[in-house]
Amino acid sequence: MSTTVAVDPATGDLSPQGARKRARRRESTAQWLFLAPALVYVIVFFGYPVGKNFVMAFQDYSTRTFFTGEAPWVGFDNYVEVFSSNIFGMTVTNTVLFTVGSIIGQFGIGLAFALFFKRKFPLNNVMRSMLLLPWLLPVIASTSVWKWILDQDSGVLNQVLQALNLTSSPIPWLADPDIALVSVVLVNVWLGIPFNVTLLYSGLQDIPEELYEAASLDGATGLKAFRHITWPSLRPVVNVVLVLGVIYTLKVLDIILGLTRGGPANSTQTLATDSYHRSFQEFSFGTGAAVSNILIVVSLVFALIYLRVNRRAVDE
Amino acid sequence: MNRSRMISLGATAGLAALALTACAGGGSSSDSGDIALTLTDTMSESSAPIYDEIYQACAAEIGVTVTSNHVAGSGLIATVLQQASSKTLPDVLMLDNPDVQQIAASGALSPLADHGITGNGFPEGVLSAGTYEGDLYGIAPIVNSLGLFYNADLLAEAGIEPPTTWDELSAAAAALTAEGRYGIAFSAANSFEGTWQFLPFLWSNGADEDDLTSDEAAGALAFVDSLVADGSASASVVGWSQNDVNDQFIAGKAAMMINGPWNMPSLTAAEGLNFDSVPIPVPNAGDDVVAPLGGETFTIPQTGDKDRMAAAGKLVACVVKGENQLTMATRRGAVPSDSAMAEQAATENPLVAAFAETVQTARSRTALLGEDWPAAATQIYTAVQLALTDKSTPEEAWAQAAG
Repeated sequence: MSTTVAVDPATGDLSPQGARKRARRRESTAQWLFLAPALVYVIVFFGYPVGKNFVMAFQDYSTRTFFTGEAPWVGFDNYVEVFSSNIFGMTVTNTVLFTVGSIIGQFGIGLAFALFFKRKFPLNNVMRSMLLLPWLLPVIASTSVWKWILDQDSGVLNQVLQALNLTSSPIPWLADPDIALVSVVLVNVWLGIPFNVTLLYSGLQDIPEELYEAASLDGATGLKAFRHITWPSLRPVVNVVLVLGVIYTLKVLDIILGLTRGGPANSTQTLATDSYHRSFQEFSFGTGAAVSNILIVVSLVFALIYLRVNRRAVDE
Repeated sequence: MNRSRMISLGATAGLAALALTACAGGGSSSDSGDIALTLTDTMSESSAPIYDEIYQACAAEIGVTVTSNHVAGSGLIATVLQQASSKTLPDVLMLDNPDVQQIAASGALSPLADHGITGNGFPEGVLSAGTYEGDLYGIAPIVNSLGLFYNADLLAEAGIEPPTTWDELSAAAAALTAEGRYGIAFSAANSFEGTWQFLPFLWSNGADEDDLTSDEAAGALAFVDSLVADGSASASVVGWSQNDVNDQFIAGKAAMMINGPWNMPSLTAAEGLNFDSVPIPVPNAGDDVVAPLGGETFTIPQTGDKDRMAAAGKLVACVVKGENQLTMATRRGAVPSDSAMAEQAATENPLVAAFAETVQTARSRTALLGEDWPAAATQIYTAVQLALTDKSTPEEAWAQAAG
């Protein structure tokens, strides 16, 4: 873009003020033009679906709607149906347990791995890249394998546990409603470790080595060094990892569908799977949208926290 | 087209190929007719060629061309809804029979009587499965149901006759349970497959899906629950699909299984497996077995083009003809809908005989509740799961699963 043209061809105005005004106007037009693709993208691919979903939750949106285009307005009926359904309390509890359990596991193990790989030892890089493997596999493929591993009768996990005499009778990992949620959390932890390790490891790399050297002169090593140097320096990264982890975990659908489909007896049904079930098994798109709106609001809260945390991290 | 676009398109196509299995089937070889029909069915890679052969022969007979598109059964309804909203429904659409009422209710289908298809010679159950508010919308050339498959060698070894009543089934399943093997396998998954497998017990005990808190429903659930409780069936049945059940049976980890005739090709192919099938046992000797009716129907969507719809009608009438029924049934493992054809198939193949008998009295899932069936189906599998996982007693499970 040329910036040398300061003369208005129409008026021949050569005054410095006019030129500056025009330049500013041109600049702001250019700014909007640069913004336009992003704005259009956000409106078409984020704004429209979210808006549509919001409206859909107030409609009796069924299979009929797709052919006739008619979706009668039902007000808050869909929300009433969702809130008063027998399984709503259970899905909320499951969603919380699933999210909290997954985050604690992923973060704890992820941090341990990140600290471990910070040390220098042979094959460090090879092993660290191997750790990314769960991330590289298609989720449906890995859940199929996990389903086989966790099978009560012929699963390899139970066979190993029994061979080591750790359990006398095979554990019904996915068949018992009291254990299934734990199993699903375990698989999700496995899947989430690479994300946590990668971010935490790069955060650790940013901590200057001199800090540790200086601290060790003062006698702070090991746990003390972790408490007074590593943890405070890592805080901004930790915040981001945790908040993003919550958002990612809340909406997990494929892992649960692949392992248990929300069963047995709804013991692994979360808001995400319940919404999917209502929309795509029962074709009650209105109530499905209502459930997913609840999920969107919860995610939004965490997204706002993320933005705040992220800003503070940048400021620091 | 730039390179990255090509790559992403390639990736999408690769994914689609997994779901769509063998799209190449149809194709128009003869350009004899002016009308080119499109058809969507849910045939798997192995079944598609059987159907494509029939489509092409019929198209040639009535002087049109037909292009078939095979999609995965699980994704069909989503595809249909998408096509309905964009007015791009195919000229002929295959729908699983419990879905017909739902789609017909939306106004997307045309009554088959308009195209001269009345379903003469088809049993009542088959017609009612494709009927919505008195009009026939879907017609199934072949049907299936559920039966009890058993490992003949294991039963002979234990000196057990194939069971015919619930008591005999319990006793046989308990006797056949051994180290590394369960007496019986079935699917009690939290899906409509689980519901479908429970229906023979529910219905044969005299319960109906419009009154699930009845004593009969509780009795049926108590019986199935007892099979898991006494260890004759794995606790994992709550997670097994029917395919998983078939795998367990073939692997020798279950001596008997509840399953359908569509498994016959894989069972026959399994080496060293000597199997047979009988109708599902009933509560008491002399009771009638009432099993659910399965099978895909052909429907003609409202596309708005009269000529094409008329041609589609002729195509469907040809596809569901007697000899085609026989071809589909023998090669896919099913029973021809037409009673006379079913008899012929049963005499030709004794394996079909047990099912030919069952489908004559089999009940359609949507006959009683119509569009409301999916809600009842959800309640049924939920109750089964609650009882089988001991989260609830069989009596309380039905009430707990409601709503």
